[in-house]
Amino acid sequence: MSNDREAILGRVRAALAPLPQRAALPDWERELVRMRQMQGASDLTATFCARLKGVNGTPLQSAAELADLLAKNQWTRGYCDPALLPLLGAALAGVQVETTFDRTRVDDYAFGITRASAAIAETGTVVLTDGDTSSRLAALAPWAHIVVLKRMDIFPDIPAALAALPADPNIIWVTGPSKTADVEGILIEGVHGPGVQAVLLVD
Amino acid sequence: MAKQLIDQAAATLPADKRVSVYQSTKATHEKRTKLLFDQFNDPDLLRQRAGEIKQHVIENLDTLLPAVEAKLKANGAQVHWASTGEAACEAVLRIMQAHGAKKMVKAKTMVSEEIELAHYLEKHGIEALETDLGEFIVQIDKDHPSHIVRPIIHKNRREIATSFEREGLGAYNDDPETITRRARQFLRHKYLEADVGLTGANFVSVESGRIVLVTNEGNSRFSLAAPKVHIALVGIEKLVPRDRDLGVLLNLLARSATAQQLTVYTEFISGPKGATQPDGPEEMHVIFVDNGRTEVLASDCREILRCIRCGACLNVCPVYRQASGHAYRSVYPGPVGAVLSPLLAGKKFPELADLPKASSLCGACNEVCPVNIPIPDLLLRLREKGKREGAPLASVGTPPMGAWALMASQPTAWKAALFGGKALNYLPTKLIPVPALRAWEEKRALPAWRGGEFRKWMKQRRKS
Repeated sequence: MSNDREAILGRVRAALAPLPQRAALPDWERELVRMRQMQGASDLTATFCARLKGVNGTPLQSAAELADLLAKNQWTRGYCDPALLPLLGAALAGVQVETTFDRTRVDDYAFGITRASAAIAETGTVVLTDGDTSSRLAALAPWAHIVVLKRMDIFPDIPAALAALPADPNIIWVTGPSKTADVEGILIEGVHGPGVQAVLLVD
Repeated sequence: MAKQLIDQAAATLPADKRVSVYQSTKATHEKRTKLLFDQFNDPDLLRQRAGEIKQHVIENLDTLLPAVEAKLKANGAQVHWASTGEAACEAVLRIMQAHGAKKMVKAKTMVSEEIELAHYLEKHGIEALETDLGEFIVQIDKDHPSHIVRPIIHKNRREIATSFEREGLGAYNDDPETITRRARQFLRHKYLEADVGLTGANFVSVESGRIVLVTNEGNSRFSLAAPKVHIALVGIEKLVPRDRDLGVLLNLLARSATAQQLTVYTEFISGPKGATQPDGPEEMHVIFVDNGRTEVLASDCREILRCIRCGACLNVCPVYRQASGHAYRSVYPGPVGAVLSPLLAGKKFPELADLPKASSLCGACNEVCPVNIPIPDLLLRLREKGKREGAPLASVGTPPMGAWALMASQPTAWKAALFGGKALNYLPTKLIPVPALRAWEEKRALPAWRGGEFRKWMKQRRKS
């Protein structure tokens, strides 16, 4: 293996040696990658919610709306990050909630409620990290993922979110429910991940 | 004249497959164009910058590779190197064996297709299950992917339903939603049973040592949540210098591939799970794979290493649309495959030397390429290489040019041809004795012969 390392790097050096000069790393302005619609957007929460709907995500403005969503779909059993219970306790009164995700009963959870670290307004994306997510599986395996996002944590666009990537081994940007168009190009949601991606906005 | 292999493949492609390939590639291409031009002030400049970033990467791999290795190790990942496809397969097997692991869930990676990893592991008694829906269907059918982004673009729902029924995944049902639900139910338990999750990498940031994965289905995310070991197979050209450069490339990748702003999941992975995290891999292994890439780097076609595997060139290519992916006889179809496959083939170059000829050189692939690869130029360079090396396939389908060469190299023959051409102007075409030809001629005005004027002009000019 170490031989392979030396062999590869040796061949790379040999291949690049004849170049008279190397291509420079271009500098580019953030304006280049900013979407037109974002120029002048001031209300990040409103933009985020509009874009989230655009990718078939579900914005929720209050714990009461969360309770309605669960009741309407008869999602009676699920997971909730223990840190969120004080905030959501009342809304979850009517359902069976567990605070540890038991992977041997992966099919028993209808929903998983976890925390978001941030969001991106321009694309309707939520940012999940190991630092804030209590269980990777709970945010992924249940049919509905409800993520709790603080309004102040919304970035305007992708470059802003990239500039502030936290030191975390697992950062996931989620843009709407899991989906595929592999079969005849027909869009189907809920492939391996959630079929419903809801975002509860809090202050 | 003998037909090119790709023509033969196109001619035998069933009509319904041709229609499905044509329609889906065309629709994706049109959506992509609309999205890019609606959303950005200067999409062409964006493409150029992306190309420059990647060109910088491939021309500085000698310093960037050791730098990213150091960063990955500092993040807690283990780094391996594989000169060949075989070495890469062995490296994966060694990691599996060190854990006594027998089961792997595999996200879609083009490198693993390239090195035929799944077959290799199966031969060594390891279940390596594809988890991307399209790749899963390809695997149970023992078929090959025919598109980089949409592996089963050549299959319809009836074929898939038949395969599912055969594999015991429920009674025949060709509703795409039912197909997807059945795959979901089957595969989620496979993730939980697996010891190892394998992914590729769309990008690796040198600055932070983060592997970036983009997917829509969530299968790679599941592969990084349930199993205890994560292996990432990475082509050595996949680097980007800084995190901020991902802003350019991520903005282009999903739009070019599937006409989305971002794929559903964009994952930045820099090591094993966090200390407090209950699920996720305890070990992360990164295998840097060469498998012919350094040879491409040494060639005059190194620009192809910019490729970010979005498939936009396939969708726009008139040849791919007619012939579909299997006609390219390698894992990379379409214009990018016509350049990359013969180059990666190494000594087997002559076997694929016809691929660069299967192009109209219309330039559409260059126009859509998010990293601005001059694919038509590269195809011409490879055609020349094929001729130079005397690969027999490089000439199939080309009219013999011997008679023309003889005429053009003999001044007397050339003059005679010019004279003969001029004589055609005075030929009484109205009197052609063949009625069909006469009817044809009557509907047309033949252009007047103007050959030889340049020589006359040249002579006059020298005199004065």
